[in-house]
Amino acid sequence: MRHTISVLVENRFGVLSRVSGLFSGRGFNIESLSVGETQEPTISRMTIVVEGDDLIVEQIKKQLNKLIDVIKVIDLTGEEFVERELILAKVNAEPGVRAEVLRIADIFRAKVVDVTPKTYTLECTGDESKVTAFLELLKPYGIQEVVRTGKVAIARGRKAAPKVEKQPPKKLPGKVVGFRE
Amino acid sequence: MRLTGAQIIVESLLREGVEVIFGFPGGVILPVYDVLYESPLKHILVRHEQAAAHAADGYARATGKVGVCLVTSGPGATNVVTGVATAYMDSIPIVVITGQVPTAMIGNDSFQEADIVGITRPCTKHNYLVKDVKDLAVTLKEAFHIASTGRPGPVLVDVPKDVILAEATYHYPDKVYIRSYNPTYNGHPGQILKAAKALVKAKRPVIYAGGGVIHSGASPELLKLAKLTHAPVTTTLMGLGCFPQDSPLSLGMLGMHGAWYTNTAVSSSDLILAVGARFDDRVTGKVEEFAPGASIIHIDIDPSAISKNVRVDIPVVGDAKNVLAKLIEALEGLPERPNLKERKEWLKQIQQWKKMYPLTYERSGTVIKPQYVVEEISRLTAGEAIITTEVGQTQMWVAQFFQFTRPRSFLSSGGLGTMGYGFPAAIGAQVAFPDRLVIDIAGDGSFQMNIQELATVVHYNLPVKVAIINNRYLGMIRQWQELFFGGRYSYSEIAGTPDFVKLAEAYGAVGLRATRPEEVVPVLKKAFSIKGPVVIDFHVDPEECVFPMVPAGASIKEMILEKPSREIKRAIRAVK
Repeated sequence: MRHTISVLVENRFGVLSRVSGLFSGRGFNIESLSVGETQEPTISRMTIVVEGDDLIVEQIKKQLNKLIDVIKVIDLTGEEFVERELILAKVNAEPGVRAEVLRIADIFRAKVVDVTPKTYTLECTGDESKVTAFLELLKPYGIQEVVRTGKVAIARGRKAAPKVEKQPPKKLPGKVVGFRE
Repeated sequence: MRLTGAQIIVESLLREGVEVIFGFPGGVILPVYDVLYESPLKHILVRHEQAAAHAADGYARATGKVGVCLVTSGPGATNVVTGVATAYMDSIPIVVITGQVPTAMIGNDSFQEADIVGITRPCTKHNYLVKDVKDLAVTLKEAFHIASTGRPGPVLVDVPKDVILAEATYHYPDKVYIRSYNPTYNGHPGQILKAAKALVKAKRPVIYAGGGVIHSGASPELLKLAKLTHAPVTTTLMGLGCFPQDSPLSLGMLGMHGAWYTNTAVSSSDLILAVGARFDDRVTGKVEEFAPGASIIHIDIDPSAISKNVRVDIPVVGDAKNVLAKLIEALEGLPERPNLKERKEWLKQIQQWKKMYPLTYERSGTVIKPQYVVEEISRLTAGEAIITTEVGQTQMWVAQFFQFTRPRSFLSSGGLGTMGYGFPAAIGAQVAFPDRLVIDIAGDGSFQMNIQELATVVHYNLPVKVAIINNRYLGMIRQWQELFFGGRYSYSEIAGTPDFVKLAEAYGAVGLRATRPEEVVPVLKKAFSIKGPVVIDFHVDPEECVFPMVPAGASIKEMILEKPSREIKRAIRAVK
């Protein structure tokens, strides 16, 4: 089963490799991974999409929770959530088919972000089924390159992500002490 | 006051209450060694960095405190990896400080550079690369906090040379707060009550205790619980010593080399209370056939240990000591009591099984049996000694035939199974307890994996005793080859083994030898009376095997009880 896991982590170096290491160490391929800062700059959010049987995913979630730099693990699978991905696709657009390509772009509310006499570069956002359908329709014209951001996901409804306590500054009010002579 | 990174490291260790560290100097870590030169902090110089990690680990296991080791960058750091992984698998709190090349040179393939943070990421509880001297003190505080709390484990702190040399105002916090790290110590009361009710209702309960009981100091609670519920207790290899083996409720060790009656009791039970244990494959055998009729209560501080290998009916996440105490309270508060008659019958049944197939071996008047050496060491030391082991046959014979009665008296690499662990671990234990008898019961193969530490014990006059069960083979390998590979002894016979007596003498230690059964006790007595390091070379029966044995992957009910005949061996191979 496919799981979309949202992980809140400390925004510091090395965290990504700790997280990805849990997957790679078990011979798991991450289908998609996106990382970005949250509204709280000391925290990043990773959205990980992974395919695996429930027991193994359950174990990975526990292992994720065990990582010191991981603040919270939320498995969105089975909940109501909105999922989006942004893709950039460079598509062949010879003079005879330019209008058709544009029409497809229009139907999917995709934007043309770059034009050459023989290509269009299109930007499209959506959930997986929309993005896949869009690419399928463009395929006959010849897709030269696709770049995708990886999925981001957020739970539906009013429920916000769990509140995370502010990490006190590194320099704690400790005693200033002298060096032992 | 402004201090250099090197001074901050040493001062922080002192503030942390560290009395001794184990290490080996090298290029980038030299400024720290320069500070150590005039510091009250004691440093034990090992002869190979792997031994520094094992010694810190042995120190931690023997004392319950955090063990510390200090090494340089590159090869110094990579040499500790086996020790770190050993500590990780057995949840041992150690802090490893490694030097690193200067920040600006990281990633340049500089001299003695290794990405040790990357290398040890999967085998540490946490690790740090300190990039700013201002973070050094608080990082060390965090390292000790993380290593010693929750499910303990090794933490590595990598300090680049420029950070070691830079200066900062020194603040050492009394406490650290890490928002993303809050181990659960108290079990859920509802779950504990459920567990108590299940314990009362069970007809044939077995308590299965692991290393977690030792880490949390829960032995008194465990004993109380066993007595209160009249439940027999089996321990894992890591749990040896957490329950007194002279108690009538003790079942000894279970699993691959557990006694037949122990595994039979586990297989026949209707309730297993696992505490601080993790259902390792060496314990469960074939998971699908592990205790098929039992419901399982699992108490563990690490949520990821629960339902990892075996499905658990009543999980309780929390510290073993806390949860067991609450469980006892809950049991005492229940209106019902366990059915005493049923429990007595269950214990009687186990006693019968014990009589049918006790743990035993064929005694001999002409050749030294390894088990006999272990039994005699056990008898002569009467529970007072700290025993370390290497890995393989000797480790299992110690687990089977040594009577452990108190926690932290058996130090052995269980999870990783590191040959070469026992001797340096004995150094760590001996440094912690200079007046106690510390014995490494070693195989001739394993001992040679860290044999260079003879120099360390002589250097510091550490009275460690090494009892080599010398069978001229890599014994466990030979045993598997005999049983499962048709007696094709591929590279398990180790020629070229030195004369251990002469070798000990060459290092300046005492060497003793016993080749006949009647020499065993006098030689042991003599060794124990010597106030310095002694190596004892016991020439034992080379063909002796560890039995009973559950073949890897088989159900723990399918035990090989004694050396099988040729026909049976052929049958075993056919099944494989």
